[in-house]
Amino acid sequence: MTEALISIHNLSKTYRRGNQPVPVLLGIDLQIAQGDYVSLMGPSGSGKSTLLNLIAGIDKPSGGTLLIGGVDIAALEEDELAAWRAGNVGFVFQFYNLMPVLDAFENVELPLLLTHLSKAERREHVEMALAMVGLPDRMDHRPNELSGGQQQRVAIARALVTDPTLIVADEPTGDLDRKSADDVLDLLDRLNRELGKTIVMVTHDPRCAARARTRIHLEKGVLLSRGAEH
Amino acid sequence: MKKGLSLSYVARNLVARKLTTILTAAGMALVVFVFATVLMMAEGLRHTLGGTGSYNNVVVIRQGSQTEVQSTLTREQARLIETLPGLATGAHGEPRISREMLVLVNLPRKNSTSLANVIVRGTTPTGLEMRPQARIVQGRAFRAGSSEIVVGSGMARGSFGLRVGDRIAFGLRQWNVVGVFDAGGSGFDSEIWGDGEQLMQAFRRQAYSSLIVGLRDSGSFEALAEAVARQPQLKVDIKRETQFYADQSENLANFIGVLGKTITIVFSIGAIIGAMITMYASVANRTREIGTLRALGFRRGNIVWAFLQEAMLLGLAAGLSGLVAAAFMQLVEISTTNLQTFSEVVFSLILTPQIALDVLLFSVFMGVLGGALPAFRASRLEIVDALRSV
Repeated sequence: MTEALISIHNLSKTYRRGNQPVPVLLGIDLQIAQGDYVSLMGPSGSGKSTLLNLIAGIDKPSGGTLLIGGVDIAALEEDELAAWRAGNVGFVFQFYNLMPVLDAFENVELPLLLTHLSKAERREHVEMALAMVGLPDRMDHRPNELSGGQQQRVAIARALVTDPTLIVADEPTGDLDRKSADDVLDLLDRLNRELGKTIVMVTHDPRCAARARTRIHLEKGVLLSRGAEH
Repeated sequence: MKKGLSLSYVARNLVARKLTTILTAAGMALVVFVFATVLMMAEGLRHTLGGTGSYNNVVVIRQGSQTEVQSTLTREQARLIETLPGLATGAHGEPRISREMLVLVNLPRKNSTSLANVIVRGTTPTGLEMRPQARIVQGRAFRAGSSEIVVGSGMARGSFGLRVGDRIAFGLRQWNVVGVFDAGGSGFDSEIWGDGEQLMQAFRRQAYSSLIVGLRDSGSFEALAEAVARQPQLKVDIKRETQFYADQSENLANFIGVLGKTITIVFSIGAIIGAMITMYASVANRTREIGTLRALGFRRGNIVWAFLQEAMLLGLAAGLSGLVAAAFMQLVEISTTNLQTFSEVVFSLILTPQIALDVLLFSVFMGVLGGALPAFRASRLEIVDALRSV
């Protein structure tokens, strides 16, 4: 692990509730190396999800700098940012967020609809991604025909199908039973170790956090500690 | 290849909400049905009256009278017109002219106490020859010099139901229906024809209503018109027979059109609001989905387009169902008073490809209007807020 993929300096975020400014992140400094596997931990309202959203490029910081792969994503126009996300970030959500009307194949294919890949190339990528998460035989199943664990694996396939550098996961095991959660965590491990994906994961489950190489604790918008690699 | 969400994703979201989609589409389809029916009515009327008569026949009526019923022509005028150039001639060199007399007669509608003004046309053997499109389909033609009449197919069907063998009273006489003629769905089918001289006697008329003049060839109309203009004592208007009847349909067709479009616009506001509510609900139910799509890199434009497509598809489905329902209206025959001639006209509704296209476009347009605001709202959602919604 050498150069920093994510370079955060004095990052702050303030929301407005009515006329009341609500500070959520206060001057965060953080470097995340390429290929790292980071868990963001902290109590509710600590700002961990906000930090994740900023890193993922779906929210804009109020101050400070946020460089990802050398790109100042806070300075990007909305459409540029959307294109940047499509090419660089894979998302894993707590509730999987699959499109209910699309089957597993089509859900995984979604991010590829924004690329110039041909139909045949898309099929190849999707099949590879679904094989990677161990669901090559569930391609034509709709989300409601899959278990929670299977749905989350489809979501992970969707996150990796564009081969992004960064995968962000927001409580990826929060809605799963223990067995399924372990499967999902094993999968994230493999993405990190075998494919070299940089993973940033928000969790409040210590077992989950223990899988990460780096553990970061946030409280009241401030970085508390940075746990060592285990 | 265009980048964005597939049409099948859009369509499946409509199918996923079967009941809402069907109910909304049904509301819109009703409006489409009304709109299509009105257009078909106006078209049917134009077709009926516009298809009446022959291009090579000329109708001569008194100057300034819009209809044959209002017009009177004296025997002297009739004789003078026979001398004009450009007229077709019969086997013995006599000009092909039919001196006709029209009266409006009150006839009762079947199963109703209301009376309708029906055109009774006193014509001549030449007049029958000059209208080859009117064929006797039942019974036989009337005999000259008798109290016999033939009725148009529109009079034989529907609200009047006249039959061969019926006797009807008007002009202080009893008239025997001896035949039914069919003039291909044209305005003649709403008329009753009999012997001109007999009818003039019965109604104590000295003058004719109109002259039907055969042209030698279709180019001689202008020459005839000029010749008429050079005769100051001939205060008459002349028109090709086809044009004459087409003009008579204009007012009623326009009236139906304007009335129908007004009703349609009012109704369509309701349908558009219905579509809007449906689409707002669709956006509300899929807020997290929208947030997810945006996070994955789909742009606001992709989202707007997807929801607009969904609304357009809804409109198209409604349009098709409304159109199919309206197509059955072609079986319906309408009998009503032509406000221009105050006489009864029987016509069928006609669905043309143009009407079908117009109606579908209108329906899709309703969808677009209903979908625009919700689609815009969907795209305005902040990703983070959208993702947080349950």
